[in-house]
Amino acid sequence: MGAGRFEAPMERHGRAAATSTSSAEELAPGAPNGRRREPLRRRANSASAPTVGASASASASVSASAERVRRNRPGSYSGATSVSRQRVESLRKKRPLFPWFGLDIGGTLVKLVYFEPKDITTEEEEEEVESLKSIRKYLTSNVAYGSTGIRDVHLELKDLTLCGRKGNLHFIRFPTHDMPAFIQMGRDKNFSSLHTVFCATGGGAYKFEQDFLTIGDLQLCKLDELDCLIKGILYIDSVGFNGRSQCYYFENPADSEKCQKLPFDLKNPYPLLLVNIGSGVSILAVYSKDNYKRVTGTSLGGGTFFGLCCLLTGCTTFEEALEMASRGDSTKVDKLVRDIYGGDYERFGLPGWAVASSFGNMMSKEKREAVSKEDLARATLITITNNIGSIARMCALNENINQVVFVGNFLRINTIAMRLLAYALDYWSKGQLKALFSEHEGYFGAVGALLELLKIP
Amino acid sequence: MAECGASGSGSSGDSLDKSITLPPDEIFRNLENAKRFAIDIGGSLTKLAYYSTVQHKVAKVRSFDHSGKDAEQDHEPPYEISVQEEVTARLHFVKFENTYIEACLDFIKDHLVNTETKVIQATGGGAYKFKDLIEEKLQLKVDKEDVMTCLIKGCNFVLKNIPHEAFVYQKDADPEFRFQTNHPNIFPYLLVNIGSGVSIVKVETEDRFEWIGGSSIGGGTFWGLGALLTKTKKFDELLHLASKGQHTNVDMLVQDIYGGAHQTLGLSGNLIASSFGKSATADKEFSKEDMAKSLLHMISNDIGQLACLYARLHCLDRVYFGGFFIRGHPVTMRTITYSINFFSKGEVQALFLRHEGYLGAIGAFLKGAEQDNPNQYSWGENYAGSSGLMSSSPELCPTQRARSGTFDLLEMDRLERPLVSLPLLLDPPSYVPDTVDLTDDALARKYWLTCFEEALDGVVKRAVASQPGSVDAAERAEKFRQKYWNKLQTLRHQPFAYGTLTVRSLLDTREHCLNEFNFPDPYSKVKQKDNGVALKCFQRVVHSLDALGWEERQLALVKGLLAGNVFDWGAKAVSEVLESDPQFGFEEAKKKLQERPWLVDSYSKWLQRLKGPPHKCALIFADNSGVDVILGVFPFVRELLSRGTEVILACNSGPALNDVTHSEALLVAERVAAMDAVVCSALREERLLLVQTGSSSPCLDLSRLDKGLAVLVRERGADLVVIEGMGRAVHTNYHAALRCESLKLAVLKNSWLAERLGGRLFSVIFKYEVPAE
Repeated sequence: MGAGRFEAPMERHGRAAATSTSSAEELAPGAPNGRRREPLRRRANSASAPTVGASASASASVSASAERVRRNRPGSYSGATSVSRQRVESLRKKRPLFPWFGLDIGGTLVKLVYFEPKDITTEEEEEEVESLKSIRKYLTSNVAYGSTGIRDVHLELKDLTLCGRKGNLHFIRFPTHDMPAFIQMGRDKNFSSLHTVFCATGGGAYKFEQDFLTIGDLQLCKLDELDCLIKGILYIDSVGFNGRSQCYYFENPADSEKCQKLPFDLKNPYPLLLVNIGSGVSILAVYSKDNYKRVTGTSLGGGTFFGLCCLLTGCTTFEEALEMASRGDSTKVDKLVRDIYGGDYERFGLPGWAVASSFGNMMSKEKREAVSKEDLARATLITITNNIGSIARMCALNENINQVVFVGNFLRINTIAMRLLAYALDYWSKGQLKALFSEHEGYFGAVGALLELLKIP
Repeated sequence: MAECGASGSGSSGDSLDKSITLPPDEIFRNLENAKRFAIDIGGSLTKLAYYSTVQHKVAKVRSFDHSGKDAEQDHEPPYEISVQEEVTARLHFVKFENTYIEACLDFIKDHLVNTETKVIQATGGGAYKFKDLIEEKLQLKVDKEDVMTCLIKGCNFVLKNIPHEAFVYQKDADPEFRFQTNHPNIFPYLLVNIGSGVSIVKVETEDRFEWIGGSSIGGGTFWGLGALLTKTKKFDELLHLASKGQHTNVDMLVQDIYGGAHQTLGLSGNLIASSFGKSATADKEFSKEDMAKSLLHMISNDIGQLACLYARLHCLDRVYFGGFFIRGHPVTMRTITYSINFFSKGEVQALFLRHEGYLGAIGAFLKGAEQDNPNQYSWGENYAGSSGLMSSSPELCPTQRARSGTFDLLEMDRLERPLVSLPLLLDPPSYVPDTVDLTDDALARKYWLTCFEEALDGVVKRAVASQPGSVDAAERAEKFRQKYWNKLQTLRHQPFAYGTLTVRSLLDTREHCLNEFNFPDPYSKVKQKDNGVALKCFQRVVHSLDALGWEERQLALVKGLLAGNVFDWGAKAVSEVLESDPQFGFEEAKKKLQERPWLVDSYSKWLQRLKGPPHKCALIFADNSGVDVILGVFPFVRELLSRGTEVILACNSGPALNDVTHSEALLVAERVAAMDAVVCSALREERLLLVQTGSSSPCLDLSRLDKGLAVLVRERGADLVVIEGMGRAVHTNYHAALRCESLKLAVLKNSWLAERLGGRLFSVIFKYEVPAE
């Protein structure tokens, strides 16, 4: 089958949601499935990526010169002694210097988590350099940054203790195409003088590494995104959501009246099928904290939904696309089983309401002329969501796993998709599979990166 | 909201074209005798099936009705030949665009003589839409059949009855099509039907299949979404757009997310991370081609992935793809194949079917014909009446496609007897009859096509000469010439048209074309004369053999077999000799033979074996009439019988070149028995049995042999197989591995082939093989 001339399969585990195949002319596929991995820790930081530990000590060794800079800064009261006391204190406790960030640079969105220490002593505050303070103030006093950056205030985790420090965890996102502006801001705000470690994951950690270095004078610590994802999920689930449950599911998802979002206690998380829906989709089978494998993925993800919506409806934001979808009727666009068989297709046990052909009605000119943009947006959403549900279900069967957690920013404010996934999984598995969701759906990679910075296992 | 996908088809808003005129000679053949109809109406193509009978002239032989004595007169032929009419059954399938439905129905109505038929089986998404039209035009009651049941019935039927039905598709390979040998057990398999949606069906037995899943993202999604995105209305045009596009402008690739780092990470940068991921912007225009390509990839990849997931879950590795999304389109076969390879890491093969478009119609027909039990028969593809693969492919023949009215045909002959695999094959699934794959071997292909072209004049001449009393023989022979010539030209350009191209398929196609124009047996008279001449020499030959010492006799017997094999009207070099020198005889033939050591020579091993205990039972496949069978094979048979070995002598069921047919062999045996006590008693005591092979080919496919032969082989415990002649032992079966001892012998009567094998004209192949313990 000519497979011989194909490139060797992917060897790395860290990879984007990349999954599907590319053009047949440019035959360069990788193996779709990752191998079982044991143990999880440290694998991420092979080759080009320095380990967290290494970069922490590196920051210590360059600190002498950094301090000189700091001392010379006007408006800084801090004497050499106090600064180094703080630093020594931090290092003694194996604690990195503030600010604490975790960054996940995806194909569409950048997710940033920021730990705001709330237990800062007066002394500490006095010693805090101006740029650090300004970052803290800027991030915590705003809910929007520029025209595209947004802080998801409702997700903020309060009174968290991390590495012995108490504070709040903030969740911020902005489009990946604004990454250059973000790096520029880092330069303007003189981030490099803080000689902090920037832990970043996602494909963008690689793509923008050079820009961070040359423009922002910042060295990124690149982390495997699947490691971060799993670490983030397990951690966030363990701390809960300000006293509430992090994980939830839907009861009666198909019934608008009776549908209820209910907390789910993920006390027994393993084995778990983790479906991360970003621009594309990655599906992982998680057997324990340190043992997981990437099962497969699909290129039909959030990026496909939004991309197709832009082409079909001219919408410009994800929110707009979802809003249109909420008002549309996909049955005008899709060909249902009943459209073909007049009702259920009993021979195969297919219900009449099932979609036989996504966009199938659009083969007809008259029907194309009769649909609205809202209908098209809805159909796109249904198509992508059903497909993900279908692939996830098959993976769960093949891996013999019955709880499936869906995460990723495709699900943000996307109740339609979540309820559909919940229903489809339940229906087609005859109640064997349960679809679970998580409040911080898209931020786990970034949280995982932050945890790596803090070396929290 | 479902992942299900029922097959069905899009309403493409066909307007009926009533103005067209149909070429009735070409399509709807044998309509006047049509007995039963079935129709499969898809979104854009209609497939009509009908069962009909074909009247053929056949040459029958029978012994003269007189006592043996006076038959010995010199001028008398050994038996008489009469030409009789025989009725055989044939299945016709015609595929045409939906726009022609009305014109076609009118045509059928006008030409349908048989009025006993009351119902027509209908399937496909369009069956409902055209129900009234069909009932009104044909006055037949439309009986709707379940789409999937029909599809699977059809699929089972072609997989069982058409060799080289399934193929894998490799875009940049030569040949692009790699045909699969038919597995003796076709079950279980997965059928992925990509209509407007996708249905994934697990087929376990003839009657048991299960819908195990599907997807709503299918051909309808490509078409519907494609039409919205590109404003292009037709499916084929969308595919055409896609074939010109660059999906990387629309899709977000791994390299778009990772930058250049994907290389150091060992990631493949060209993988699609997010389909349409780049189109999530308002300020850019995307080309129709690029979007269509991206859409095609998205859908093909998705289907491939699901197919692999289902295949793994059900532990199946044979996955056949069909439906209008595939329909022989290279671009979709390519993307599906790629996706399957990618997602299964090569563990699952994407298989396509040559007659994929006919499955529904075949199945609907079979449903309607259940009381006739069509499944208890074996069927054979008629090369003369069938259009080849891709006869109407848009990519291959854009001009032909643009010219409306492309009709695609498939004809299948009902074989009189069921065919099965020879029980003595070592490994039936891996058995490949043909020695050289001409689809693969361009040099050999060129040679053989030219060879058959050059031989055509002679065949035409022979055909005319065989029917001296016929007024239209010359005209029919000319039609035959045209037909076969056209087939050869098609095969030059599309060697894959009828599956793997082989010398066998070229020979068989010629036989089919000859039959088509009522030249059932152009060599009947030649064979009659040759048999008569040879019978006269039989006793002399036997006496001289008997006079030899044991060891000498064994060699003489083998040489006799080989010399007899020189008498082959199918070989150009020999037919020239035979035409110019009517006195050319057995002794002259012996002189032509290469001296030992032969080109392939395991005679010493054979002789050694003969010194051991006798074989229990030998199965011998005979080749030519006349000297070959009478002076070569019979003395050899006689020696085996004398040793205590039983013999099954297998001859062709129907005529091919000057090969001896079963009915001729029966007459010959009778005459030999009259002269020879050994043969006589063996026949009487059923130690010598004459059986038919089920074939009418100069070659031999051991996986399609008469069931009676197979039964006998098992009953008698055959432990030696003798295959004689170039067609059966060199063009085919040269590499065939058997579970018992085998003897393959032939004289190379073609210098090109001889050279290829490292020998020269009249080199000898004597291949004695003993299976490994």
